[in-house]
Amino acid sequence: MVRISKNMRKNWVVCSLIVVMMIILGGCGSSEKPANQGGTSAGGTAKLGVVSYLTGAGAAYGESIRHGLELSRDEINSKGKVKLELIFEDSKGEKNEAINAVNKLIHKDDVLSILGPTLSGEMFAVGPIVNQEGVPIMGTSLTVEGITEIGDYVFRNSLPEFAAIPQSIKKAKEKFNLKKVAVMYSDNNDLGVSGFKIFQKSLKEQGIEIIAIETFADKNTDFSAQLTKIATLNPDAVVVAGLYQEGALILKKAREIGITVPIIGNNGFNSPQLIKSAGSAADGAIVASPWYPGKDDVKVKEFIAAYKAKYNKEPDQFAAQAYDALQIMAIAIEKSGSTTDRKKLRDTLATIKDYSGVTGKFSFDEKRNPAMDVTVLVVKDGQFTELK
Amino acid sequence: MFWQQMVNGITLGSTYALIALGYTLIFGVLNIVNMAHGEIFMFGAFVGLILATKFNIGIFGALLGAMVAGAVLGYLMERLALRPLRRRKVSELAPLISTIGVSIFLESLALRLFGPQAQSFPGVYSTQLFEIGGLKISAVQILILAISFGLMLVLRFWLSKTQLGKSIRATAENIETANLLGVDTQKIIVLTVMLASALGGGAGVLVGLAFNAIEPTMGITMGFKGLAVLILGGLGNITGAMVGGLLLGVAEVFSVAYGVSSYRDAVAFGLIIVLLFLRPQGLFGSQEQQGGR
Repeated sequence: MVRISKNMRKNWVVCSLIVVMMIILGGCGSSEKPANQGGTSAGGTAKLGVVSYLTGAGAAYGESIRHGLELSRDEINSKGKVKLELIFEDSKGEKNEAINAVNKLIHKDDVLSILGPTLSGEMFAVGPIVNQEGVPIMGTSLTVEGITEIGDYVFRNSLPEFAAIPQSIKKAKEKFNLKKVAVMYSDNNDLGVSGFKIFQKSLKEQGIEIIAIETFADKNTDFSAQLTKIATLNPDAVVVAGLYQEGALILKKAREIGITVPIIGNNGFNSPQLIKSAGSAADGAIVASPWYPGKDDVKVKEFIAAYKAKYNKEPDQFAAQAYDALQIMAIAIEKSGSTTDRKKLRDTLATIKDYSGVTGKFSFDEKRNPAMDVTVLVVKDGQFTELK
Repeated sequence: MFWQQMVNGITLGSTYALIALGYTLIFGVLNIVNMAHGEIFMFGAFVGLILATKFNIGIFGALLGAMVAGAVLGYLMERLALRPLRRRKVSELAPLISTIGVSIFLESLALRLFGPQAQSFPGVYSTQLFEIGGLKISAVQILILAISFGLMLVLRFWLSKTQLGKSIRATAENIETANLLGVDTQKIIVLTVMLASALGGGAGVLVGLAFNAIEPTMGITMGFKGLAVLILGGLGNITGAMVGGLLLGVAEVFSVAYGVSSYRDAVAFGLIIVLLFLRPQGLFGSQEQQGGR
């Protein structure tokens, strides 16, 4: 190796960092092809595209969604009323990847409709494009406000946070007589920020004082500073808006440093993985959910049994919602009587009412958001149970 | 609360320092920022986890196993991704890019092998709490601190006093001269990369124990923090890596404790920028001798 002068070495480090940044930011670019109406497919099989978070930090969500969809597809195909083909695309949780994925699905694969993407932020990026192309798109895991306002072709079957959170706060107040709480939220995640705003609003409505607001970021692992601070304030409960990975770590750390009060989470807490990761520390976690695995309902029990048999693990909310989404899609395709007409599918989807699925009774409201029942759950002895 | 937060900060800081040590060693000798270090760290964490949960061999066994795994990965990386480039005398940027390639490969491999879910060590290792005058310190926190300071002292002694350490320093100083003087630089380079990677693997287990979240992308954020510490402490300086790591950790924790938690990283990295204005060569880097080797 040749000897390098001091200045060159410095430049070299700067260059290296620039290259690193470029690689991180890079990976853009999309193929453009003129839009054509109506997905084409052979033999009456409806081609559906799926954009999901299959690799990367949130891959656990994408995996549940894919399992739920595949299980649902196999059941629908075996019934034989409609035949579905699913084409999976990985968004890696990134907006530009999601845009590339929908462009490919619409222009190359010519799909009838799209399910996904996984994150609300991704939908805000791809929704306008898909809507403009006149392709119906249904989110199965999006809970942020303003999703279906993107356009008439945008649907979701996941319960928005603004419908779920006020219920959990109300129930928790009745039960634990909350007066002052500390709030923590993930400030680099649309779900965390929107969850925080809704928590703030419903806490105010219930006359509960917020004594501390702390933030963290997705992928953080150290919450000791925030929780040490919160512990000294002695709140009646801790409210957390974020995803389960961080949620579980917060629960563990909080219990470790002696915070024993209930911890109320947003939709991100609603996963068996939360309990699995946090162990006994998960006891006392509260979340409002349309999906309740302990529900006394044949459909729910059958779904859990089939899911366990196929994937050897418990389904979570994401799997359940994805499962229902494809069932709803299949009903709409059957009713519309066409596997190629996107406009007809949209119009039929919008009229879906009183479908009873594994996440309960389901209808689309006039804004293509779901209207469904909510159960407030609390973790007790490592199980989600109804908070009564 | 102040002292409790101090303990939190030092724990976080010593994990940063551990990771920065590996960067520093490789930079010192090879002049390469090893972008795959974070992923070797992640692999170490997983190997430790598997040894601890599947084979039940206790925490020190897991630590040792992770270090061996790290060293093996380091060896492979040197043979497959660095040495071929060194022979051809290509641009200085090439090894950097090739280590980025290694890092992406390892991350994808880990996703395949271990799945995307975050996993954690069994509770027995992390739940032992000691109360000292109202301070809660866990056994893991003490372990991390002891191991990282221990490693730093051993490294310093080894580099300055032993024959092998002297060869490493000679290679770092000037590879051609070292060669002329009879140092087997090829061997020294392999050894350094393996040593740094073993440190990375061990750090993975300790960080996994401290924060309970082992997953395939954990290397990225930790890797960047390690890079920041490398620059803060002075490129290629071992004491700098230690002090810089602790400083960054404490700064992060205190900006949460006495400020606004949203500005955690902004405060910590703002501090680095200010420090670099005052001392562009880093805290312990000397002006004359680049990297203080």
